Amino acid sequence: MKKFSLAGFINALFLGLIALSMLLPFLNVIAVSFSGQVAINNNAVTFWPIDVTLENYRLVFGNKLLVRSIWVSIVVTGLGTLCNMTLTVLLAYAISRKEFLFKRSVTLFILFTFVFPAPMIPTYLLVQKLKMLETIWALIIPGAISTFNLLVLRSFFEQLPESVLESARMDGAGEWRTLYEIVLPMSKASLATVGLFYGVTNWNAYMPAMLYINRNTKLYPLQIKLRDMLLQSSVEGSSDQLIHLSAYGMKMTIIVVAAIPVLIAYPFVQGYFVKGVTLGSVKE
Amino acid sequence: MKVQKELPPSKRSRSVIRQIYQHKTIYVMALPAILWYIIFKYIPLMGSVIAFQDYSIFKGISGSAFVGFKNFRKLFAYPDFYNILRNSVTIGLYDILLSFPMPLILALSLNEVRSLKYKKGIQTIVYLPHFLSWVVVGSIFVNVLLSPDFGLINRLLEILGFEKVFFMASSKYIRGIVISSGVWRDMGYSAIVYIAAITSIDPSLYEAARIDGANKFNQIRYITLPSLTPVIVTMLLLKVGHFMDFGFERIWVFLSGVNQEKIEIFDTFIYRVGLQGAQFSFSTTIGLFKAVVGLTLLLGSNYISKRLVDKGLF
Repeated sequence: MKKFSLAGFINALFLGLIALSMLLPFLNVIAVSFSGQVAINNNAVTFWPIDVTLENYRLVFGNKLLVRSIWVSIVVTGLGTLCNMTLTVLLAYAISRKEFLFKRSVTLFILFTFVFPAPMIPTYLLVQKLKMLETIWALIIPGAISTFNLLVLRSFFEQLPESVLESARMDGAGEWRTLYEIVLPMSKASLATVGLFYGVTNWNAYMPAMLYINRNTKLYPLQIKLRDMLLQSSVEGSSDQLIHLSAYGMKMTIIVVAAIPVLIAYPFVQGYFVKGVTLGSVKE
Repeated sequence: MKVQKELPPSKRSRSVIRQIYQHKTIYVMALPAILWYIIFKYIPLMGSVIAFQDYSIFKGISGSAFVGFKNFRKLFAYPDFYNILRNSVTIGLYDILLSFPMPLILALSLNEVRSLKYKKGIQTIVYLPHFLSWVVVGSIFVNVLLSPDFGLINRLLEILGFEKVFFMASSKYIRGIVISSGVWRDMGYSAIVYIAAITSIDPSLYEAARIDGANKFNQIRYITLPSLTPVIVTMLLLKVGHFMDFGFERIWVFLSGVNQEKIEIFDTFIYRVGLQGAQFSFSTTIGLFKAVVGLTLLLGSNYISKRLVDKGLF
């Protein structure tokens, strides 16, 4: 039955072009980041590095301010995700239990914030009042829970068979031990997914730093640095001397550094997020 | 537990307390996150009252004077207000026009691919950009694609013998750039919902249609699309409901003095006036106005959704 169909070919071509539009810019970024300065400035690099060198990476990782911001991003991602997961797992697990009496009210209480999100300026004033401005906590605490992730985890916990919890109780395990030794190990896959989602969000976060970190430039995460370089032309005066030297090559290298954790996490989440997305659209 | 249920009503409240006490640990577990919701979601919401005040940092909410609707009158008399409203509406409409149908087209197109390997490969690539930050997406557009010297599109134009285009130097192309970067990033990810819905269509329908001599195009038109209607309606209404939430970051990464008049929306305006200009009350007023319009759209969409597809949006 296999016969050549023109429509099928055009369709495959259409999809191929879309995919290429997403792939080629990346190849270009990576190729430039590994290329020599002369080749970059002559516009000789397209999708394959020319005069392969690590010079751009040496410049990026030799720039104290950039390294500092990479560290800030790493710390915010690590500490933030830990904080995200602790709060989310505890609440999601609690309201997934049938013994929890205010299941419905708490769910409504949470969904309410979906319909009425916290406004920007009053949140800023609150963070100011809590003395978190210009500290790393401002990058972690105000965004500590994602309601979407919470609901995904809750519906996962609800699917756990009751008999498992029952047998744990028979063995005399307390609530904390049941959660820690039975429930969490059984949920590894979904915890990993939600954790990676949080991790990616934290690594990509831009707004919190822009809102809450203004004077304390030591706490700028990488995304802020990248945005600062984005619209600034290379001739403009900047305190960052090194950035002038090989402006474009360095920019591309920073894009690679800013995207690489996401690219590493992607294959691991890919298998699960399809499930998560469809789960989210079937809220009760 | 069963015994407790048979208690007379007068003792029920005591039994509730006993039930809570019996499982006190799960309430302790829930507590930190619930406190977080109260502090970081509910308190700022109540903080919106400063829209009706002349808020001063030194006096605080309780000490600042109430001024009624003064800030709202100031907002409606503000010359920039109408420009921002126009931008929000225009960008929102363009966004619905483009970023709403593209995922559907992508899903339909993917469904027709015969080679499973090719399909999987395409899917892997098109879902990926969604996980990149807006800053990275912005850099890819401004530098990698559109830069006058190094941009791939300008290099292509040069090869084809056209003039270079200085995309970011004027406000001419900026709305197109903002919208298409969104499509580029989220098209694949938004298609997942449709792809999942297509898989659940009964294959025997297609079988019957084939026997009746329906070609691929007619199968899409008479089977796939009608089966997808509820999902399509829901997705459209969700987009309409979130019309005002175009997103701060995706504007901010492109925003500059050159293009401000074309893409400044409420969120970016609130940031600039509120935080950079320290006009807390006034900017909260803008936020409240935006929230009220947004809420009306969301509740309206939810109502229509219940009428049309028997299912609310939230």
